[in-house]
Amino acid sequence: MKVSSFERSLNYIVLIVFAVFATAPMIMIALTALGPKLGVSTPGLHWGNFADAWAEGDFAFALSRSLLVALLVVSVALTLSLLAGYAFGTMRFPGSSLLFYLFLLGLMIPAEAIVIPLFYDFQALGVTDTIWAVALPQIAQSTAFGTFWMRAQFKALPQNLVEASALDGASSWRTLWRVAVPPTVPAIATVAVLMFMWTWNEFLIPLVMSPYKTWATAPLALNIFQGQYTADSALMAAAGVIIAAPIVVAFVFLQRYFINGMLEGASKG
Amino acid sequence: MTTPHSPAEVKVRRPRERPSAVVRSRAVPYLYLLPGLAIYAMFMLYPLARTVTYSLYEWSGFGPSVFVGLKNYVALASDRAFQAAIWHAIILIFFYSVLPLVVGLVLASTLRRGQVRGMGAFRALIFLPQVIALVVVAVAWRQIYAPDGGLNRLLGLLGIHSDIGWLGDADLALPAVGIVGFWLETGLVMLLLLAGMTRIPNEMYEAARLDGAGAVREFFAVTLPSVRGEIATALVLTIIAALKTFDLVYMTTRGGPGAATTVPSFEVFNRAFNYKQLGSASAVAVVLTILVFVINVFVSRIGEERGGRR
Repeated sequence: MKVSSFERSLNYIVLIVFAVFATAPMIMIALTALGPKLGVSTPGLHWGNFADAWAEGDFAFALSRSLLVALLVVSVALTLSLLAGYAFGTMRFPGSSLLFYLFLLGLMIPAEAIVIPLFYDFQALGVTDTIWAVALPQIAQSTAFGTFWMRAQFKALPQNLVEASALDGASSWRTLWRVAVPPTVPAIATVAVLMFMWTWNEFLIPLVMSPYKTWATAPLALNIFQGQYTADSALMAAAGVIIAAPIVVAFVFLQRYFINGMLEGASKG
Repeated sequence: MTTPHSPAEVKVRRPRERPSAVVRSRAVPYLYLLPGLAIYAMFMLYPLARTVTYSLYEWSGFGPSVFVGLKNYVALASDRAFQAAIWHAIILIFFYSVLPLVVGLVLASTLRRGQVRGMGAFRALIFLPQVIALVVVAVAWRQIYAPDGGLNRLLGLLGIHSDIGWLGDADLALPAVGIVGFWLETGLVMLLLLAGMTRIPNEMYEAARLDGAGAVREFFAVTLPSVRGEIATALVLTIIAALKTFDLVYMTTRGGPGAATTVPSFEVFNRAFNYKQLGSASAVAVVLTILVFVINVFVSRIGEERGGRR
């Protein structure tokens, strides 16, 4: 099909204008981060802002906490989702659709609807301000989505793949890891990337579940930092860049997984 | 390990009652489900049920609680703060969902025929707002909306003098938060619609053109019906995002100035952890959850009529 050169230029204009609109706030915050902080009037780029924000906001601590929480959530939720998705996607059993709808419900339950009792129950058990308080609710959320996602992936595998494995005398466990998982690795990577991003960016759950901030993840650290340095836009911006950087870097390298995951996950949800 | 067998070899040989070719025991599927189901039930379903129970009590977080039946819900009906939050959410839905949908439809149908070099890079740039933590988005937009911030400087370049703090003004704060939502969601909506539109076979457009349809008729007759599923998806996602604008509101305005930017999810947090009105907070949370469910079910239907989704 032919596309006129007018139409093509129009496409470019639309895309460029829109890309500028989408990135301008982020570019601005990056530029502000390199500007002079309060009380500084030397010209040039102030890379030192990052070091200052890093030290004053104790971001080494916050980022390592975020990393630990995210790794725990992704590894556990991914494992649980593989197992549950495998059952839903390749096996027939009574109650399967009912149980599947139960998981599907989890995609719709907002965190706001569960944090209040979670906090008071964890507090009664004396386990708020632990990694478990912050991670377990997020493991549950990610497992609901992951199960739904992996079920679709395993269901899409050709039936005779599993049957062939049976003829080889393989057990279901072995079939999962040797037959079902290898062709779905890209989809598994996609859901892992999504889970990591959601956990890294999550705000409400760590805010509520760690009232003494001992498990304050990166977004929480930024909130605390804002309380102290609101007036200093350069330092605030630098802190924001520090928090966003890991995900943005991951996005640059793994954009296919991010974009396809979110577009597909969205339309399947 | 597993050499593929020819179809003839694998044929049938699976008794109906077996869960799968590699599973003999009926218990096995449940064993695979158990760990995930247990965690999910313990940390989502059970707390959800607890929230519903909490909403029937009056409790301040410690000490005795009093069973009050549906009183917390009845109270919401005449609760100004709650009504304001719902009203704010409706206004935000306009910015988060309706505007992005309209703009997204126009842009996506412009781009539909593609043939643009570097589309991958454009896609990534347009998608960027979706991956940035909302707290960072909040920091960026706070600076843009500051009295000496980017927006006022931009207006200055256009010859309009302004030194308003946009988020500090009772009338402007909510639309200002709404614009952030528009910025957040439009790229996603456009890419979703574009993905749907690129799947429309060209023959459909050619047929429309043979029938003498112009660009506008073509849009309403061919494009729009073909992306019903995507439109439904986009609406569900963005409406729910609007209802759940917690991070953004918490980091930019804390519901203020006054109560100009409260939203239901912020009300849940505020009532529970600042005012210690756990019953009322839980009732708001239940209402929010029901709204999310209803929107999911009803809006998804738009897409499913006529079997629009694959």
